[in-house]
Amino acid sequence: MTAPATEPAAPAAHPLIEADDIKVHFPIKRGIVLDRTVGHVYAVDGVDLVVNRGETYGLVGESGCGKSTLGRAMLKLTEPTSGRVLFDGVDLSAMKGEKLRTMRRRMQMVFQDPMSSLDPRQSVESLLVEGMRAHNLDKGKESTGKRLRELLSAVGLPSTALRKYPHEFSGGQRQRIGIARALTVEPDLIVADEPVSALDVSVQAQVINLLEDLQDEFGLTYLVIAHDLAVVRHISDRVGVMYLGGLVEEATSDDLYAEPLHPYTRALLSAVPVPDPVVEDRRERILLAGDLPSPARPPTGCRFHTRCPWKQAEKCDTERPALREITPGHRVACHWAEDIRDGKIRAHEVKPELVEMEWDAPDDASLAGPASVTETLGP
Amino acid sequence: MALLEVRDLRVVFQRKGEVPFTAVDGVDFDVEPGQTVGLVGESGCGKSVTAMSIMGLLPKRGNKVTGSAKFEDTELLTLSDRQMRDRRGRDLAMVFQDPLSSLNPVIPIGLQVTEVLERHRDMSRRKAMVEAADLLDRVGIPDPRRRLDEYPHQLSGGMRQRALIAIALACQPRLLIADEPTTALDVTIQAQILALLAELVRDSGTALIMITHDLGVVAGLCDEVNVLYGGRVVERGGRHDLFQVPRHPYTYGLLQSIPRLDAPKGERLSPIRGSVQDNIPWTSGCAFAPRCPNATDTCVEVTPEMVPDGAGSVRGERLLRCHNPVAQEVPA
Ligand SMILES: Nc1ncnc2c1ncn2[C@@H]1O[C@H](COP(=O)(O)OP(=O)(O)OP(=O)(O)O)[C@@H](O)[C@H]1O
Ligand SMILES: Nc1ncnc2c1ncn2[C@@H]1O[C@H](COP(=O)(O)OP(=O)(O)OP(=O)(O)O)[C@@H](O)[C@H]1O
Ligand code: SF4
Ligand SMILES: [Mg+2]
Ligand SMILES: [Mg+2]
Repeated sequence: MTAPATEPAAPAAHPLIEADDIKVHFPIKRGIVLDRTVGHVYAVDGVDLVVNRGETYGLVGESGCGKSTLGRAMLKLTEPTSGRVLFDGVDLSAMKGEKLRTMRRRMQMVFQDPMSSLDPRQSVESLLVEGMRAHNLDKGKESTGKRLRELLSAVGLPSTALRKYPHEFSGGQRQRIGIARALTVEPDLIVADEPVSALDVSVQAQVINLLEDLQDEFGLTYLVIAHDLAVVRHISDRVGVMYLGGLVEEATSDDLYAEPLHPYTRALLSAVPVPDPVVEDRRERILLAGDLPSPARPPTGCRFHTRCPWKQAEKCDTERPALREITPGHRVACHWAEDIRDGKIRAHEVKPELVEMEWDAPDDASLAGPASVTETLGP
Repeated sequence: MALLEVRDLRVVFQRKGEVPFTAVDGVDFDVEPGQTVGLVGESGCGKSVTAMSIMGLLPKRGNKVTGSAKFEDTELLTLSDRQMRDRRGRDLAMVFQDPLSSLNPVIPIGLQVTEVLERHRDMSRRKAMVEAADLLDRVGIPDPRRRLDEYPHQLSGGMRQRALIAIALACQPRLLIADEPTTALDVTIQAQILALLAELVRDSGTALIMITHDLGVVAGLCDEVNVLYGGRVVERGGRHDLFQVPRHPYTYGLLQSIPRLDAPKGERLSPIRGSVQDNIPWTSGCAFAPRCPNATDTCVEVTPEMVPDGAGSVRGERLLRCHNPVAQEVPA
């Protein structure tokens, strides 16, 4: 493609993976044989999202907002309740069996806790070869051996690691193994679900740098899921913010942090502690009242209206705001985004609402606790 | 006089047939009345074990605690179980990362608060109930009267942590130890709890030891900060001095490795090389030496002592354990 002479050549965006109105609703079952559906957890409730080839898309939001479920649904590891996923232009929804398996090679996942995703009884070598075998990429001892050594060196591990077992490595090294394993099948897309949140900060930085290097080296596309906003801001080109199963804002990483437009994003960004006392002393926090509502009973209208300091009497609790483009590349799902941005609407106080927890009464076994609090604290 | 004075605190774990493991290796620090003091460091550096040994909460067997932890004039480490339990309700209290494990699942929240009030403040049940509702209200639990009858599992994580803080503060302790009280919570809930803690200690004059691995939390909350590495304090200073002029290569390295929300994008992070598995014992030099960019031969031969650091003391005294501190332009 040739760019018009008058404008600087912006790289054209080629979608690699597209989610089209994805919904994932988990049934809540009750009864002895667990067959009566009494409701649904609206884990992902209508998300449109595009990850372009070669970019890093960061997905943030608080615990339970549906990030992992969305990631899994996009790889068809969880079957979406409705909606479509296109990978490289091909609709995955209808794909099954061998075709799907072949397609899967091109999308790999990296998890938070490398230990739980790596079989402790398998040596690193056998962990790495496994995927290659499954996709007929193991073309003989010599070439496979060479490839494994190359991969290990790419993730910063010595080739002696091949003979070792996962427990012989530190957390950071295990995450490197997890990444190497994803790379064995030469994927285009890596979905990394909280790839650094189990690591110490000093080691976190090593893995973040590694992910960046590998992206350059192998031309990878990343969908990075994380709750740490500073990490996401650092590695992502574009960021999507989720709240209770929906995207509430999406923008380039720079725009999102420079001018967050959704009230939830504003509160989220203002809540992150910054390791600088001067900044901390000056900062104005938007403290949200109360807890996240249950995804089994999401609020009507805008899902954020029960906690939103800018909530208006009109529309907010009746109409669900669509994700609309407000400035180029910046999408926001708030009825009043422009007025809030322009200072025409001011924040007000919010009374916290009670959020009832969705629990069955625990059975007797789980009630065998200590007799009192002070006793728990006793030696 | 310091409210709490910890000197040469050492905790060695030993199980039968296993090599002894020194989790806390000579920790010194002070807490002044009403002061908020941070203990910060990465996983396994001994933060929780330090707190548990001061509170007398370590398991009875399998460990040896030596050194001293003086609360006013009382040596805490040699108190009997009964004496310690009494202190714990009254003078010292602790809040943990996981509130569910420190709340009793079968007793309503209200009763868990009134129990403390009846025991340590000699209140009648009726009076304690009124006070309990008041406490829950102060820690921001909506509709406190109704919540008194509810069980811990009926509360969200954030509300449980509030309830635990209410219990900890029920007896107006002079020292509260909070061990990663917000680590399990979402960032918006964390902000609520941190604001609450800051407000409560300010209003009541309670001293607070804040244990965390999050330098951002420390930067906003603590008057004094102790950075721990491998079971020892390696640097101590006021938060402004420490963050503006980090002198220990470990502190400096940590600050360089964290992606910051307010930094210009696109800068590459500078991680600390290796991991804590590379540490050497403090007895043979500086534990951080194998990972330290400033390390020299001295560092693996001579154990650095904790000494006042003239260059780093801008606003207050500064202590440092390092042979080759990070050279810093000290702001005027
Ligand atoms: N297999 C399942 N069956 C029923 N409910 C589920 C299932 N998986 C997830 N959920 C629910 O769906 C919601 C979204 O979960 P999800 O794991 O996607 O959140 P998340 O954003 O990844 O959270 P976290 O940051 O804690 O990982 C939660 O309420 C969760 O309890
Ligand atoms: N009961 C115990 N028996 C044996 N070793 C223990 C015990 N409790 C803690 N340790 C060890 O002591 C060291 C210090 O542990 P501690 O829990 O104080 O770390 P921490 O700084 O609180 O880390 P984190 O940030 O992960 O909570 C660790 O190596 C830990 O494995
Ligand atoms: S739509 Fe209303 S409730 Fe939702 S974020 Fe915007 S102002 Fe707040
Ligand atoms: Mg998740
Ligand atoms: Mg701990």
